[in-house]
Amino acid sequence: MALNILVCVKQVIDTGAAIEIKDGAVQIEGLPRVLNPYDEFAVEEAVRMKEADGESTVTLISMGPEKFKDTLRKGLAMGADKAVHLLDPAFEGLDSLGVAQVLAAGIRTLDYDLILCGRQAVDDDMAQVGPALAVLLGLPFISVITKLNVGGDGKSAEVTRQIEGGSELIETPLPAVLTCQKGLNEPRLPSLKGIMAAKKKEIAVLDAAAIGFDAASQGATANRITQVDLAKPPAR
Amino acid sequence: MNDGKQIWVWVETLAGQVKPVGLEALHAGKTLAEQLGATATAVLAGGPDATVPEAVTGSGVQQVLLIQHPHLDPHNSLGLVEAFAAQIQSRQPAVVLMGATNHGKELAPALAAKLGVGLATDCIALDVEGDTLKARRPVYAGKAHITFQFGEHRPCLLTLRPNVFRPSQATAAEAAPVETVTAEIPEDGLRLKIKDVVQAAGRKLDISEARIIVSGGMGMQKPENFRLLEELAEVLGAAVGASRPVVDNGWREYSNQVGQTGRTVSPDLYIACGISGAVQHLAGMSSSRCIVAINKDPNAPIFDVADYGIVGNVLDILPVMTAEFKKVLSP
Ligand SMILES: Cc1cc2nc3c(=O)[nH]c(=O)nc-3n(C[C@H](O)[C@H](O)[C@H](O)COP(=O)(O)OP(=O)(O)OC[C@H]3O[C@@H](n4cnc5c(N)ncnc54)[C@H](O)[C@@H]3O)c2cc1C
Ligand SMILES: Cc1cc2nc3c(=O)[nH]c(=O)nc-3n(C[C@H](O)[C@H](O)[C@H](O)COP(=O)(O)OP(=O)(O)OC[C@H]3O[C@@H](n4cnc5c(N)ncnc54)[C@H](O)[C@@H]3O)c2cc1C
Repeated sequence: MALNILVCVKQVIDTGAAIEIKDGAVQIEGLPRVLNPYDEFAVEEAVRMKEADGESTVTLISMGPEKFKDTLRKGLAMGADKAVHLLDPAFEGLDSLGVAQVLAAGIRTLDYDLILCGRQAVDDDMAQVGPALAVLLGLPFISVITKLNVGGDGKSAEVTRQIEGGSELIETPLPAVLTCQKGLNEPRLPSLKGIMAAKKKEIAVLDAAAIGFDAASQGATANRITQVDLAKPPAR
Repeated sequence: MNDGKQIWVWVETLAGQVKPVGLEALHAGKTLAEQLGATATAVLAGGPDATVPEAVTGSGVQQVLLIQHPHLDPHNSLGLVEAFAAQIQSRQPAVVLMGATNHGKELAPALAAKLGVGLATDCIALDVEGDTLKARRPVYAGKAHITFQFGEHRPCLLTLRPNVFRPSQATAAEAAPVETVTAEIPEDGLRLKIKDVVQAAGRKLDISEARIIVSGGMGMQKPENFRLLEELAEVLGAAVGASRPVVDNGWREYSNQVGQTGRTVSPDLYIACGISGAVQHLAGMSSSRCIVAINKDPNAPIFDVADYGIVGNVLDILPVMTAEFKKVLSP
């Protein structure tokens, strides 16, 4: 059963990095950037599914500035087939709903049977994009999954998801949006061969016009929440 | 019920029991209602014979809304989004609060997208300025706090970090009236089938709900030594947490991992035993009220966030602590 698996990946500041705050913003220039650790679980799961059936396709999708290409390359080096980069100055400064809207618009231009996200991005930690994206696409969603079994016909999946003090076993029709949690798998380190192969893989760039994004109604000025302060936590 | 401003609080239940964070959210909701001159409503969901626990009716809220549907027991996120959104659209609350549990963290963003409104997740402080609601939340692994302000879309949605908004004392209020509605859930809300809900054996205190956590790191040296932590936890009525390498080594279960890739906890007391205090660990526990660190290395970064530090061998110190607490705490 050949599935089109989409994996949403975000580039984040390495959590080990010391941060400096100036004028209400984190000075991110020069800080080490990594593929969001939870997105690694998502990429790994997709690549394993593809390796298991030998015919599925894994496509990465990311919205962010030019630098995000490094992150897409990392996912390609782990074994994803191709990538879509949603890149446009109009996408800057969006709140979570805005990010989900851009991703949804990008995804509508693609074929998909399954969409995997991370549980949350470890910099902004909003944990919003997955479920929001699902609602915008009209798909069912299950978050913080630790086990995934796609049915033989590729039309449904059985998923284990974590709750406080236990877990739930849930069956969902596909396509669906699932957000990945630690415990799902052990992400691989890209091999040298994988890194070389990634250089030749396609990263398609889609801008605002290509996905029919309307800056006036969907851009940063339409944000539902706005930042008023960013500061070091109060000293203990 | 459409007159005046309403603050809604989704009170999460598990097998008919209210989660502690649900009561905390109620407390936060009542406080907000007072500040905004609004009323507080507790919202619960369940099957056709679900009832409302006394802890909710007597919590001091003005009203309780119970949403019933066969498909909502056990918890079903898709069904609840449809049912909840319909109630919000018809009654138009100004604010909806819920606990930042796994269910709350899934429900809130879906509701926000469905209603096209703003959401701040995992908040640790709320503030009202005139008619504007502000929420503070940790970002960058707790290395910074960001404050958001909501625009004009209503309702404002917020999830609250467990253990942070605790009422200082239990209030006994007159029982609030309960309005029961039967939800109509469209096809789309019926797509998920919950096949099983598994509770961990013994149902030990979950670390995100515990008031006291004793947590062990690689300084515990081997899995057998976690017995020392279990013993202290037993005496203190605490839960046992762990750092990531401890979990990666298979010494403890993943559900006990504290930190950025584990659980976020805010207990009254967090005792870090043989934990170096890496930023990813701090991300999960630095909002604890009081932190005690035991480490043999006086320069360990955990001491930077600790309120009390003990420098020494944790394997020697733990049995002494357990014995002393036993003396003090036994009647
Ligand atoms: C007012 C405001 C202004 C902001 N301005 C900026 C800004 O100028 N620049 C900036 O970088 N951020 C900005 N942000 C932060 C940005 O909105 C967040 O990145 C966004 O809210 C998503 O939240 P998150 O990153 O915590 O992702 P989460 O919701 O925690 O992410 C969950 C999962 O969704 C997927 N995902 C998330 N983001 C992306 C993405 N971009 N591409 C593909 N998949 C993704 C991943 O699978 C991820 O694991 C701003 C936020 C606000 C509220
Ligand atoms: C993306 C990412 C995510 C991560 N997520 C998490 C996470 O969620 N949670 C987490 O915990 N870590 C996480 N980590 C790992 C984190 O960086 C640290 O490696 C980890 O927290 C260290 O665990 P530790 O303190 O138990 O071990 P160590 O760093 O090895 O520290 C052991 C400590 O014990 C002390 N010690 C040794 N023997 C004794 C003794 N006899 N008595 C007293 N003290 C003693 C030592 O002085 C030392 O300070 C993450 C890392 C990354 C890169």
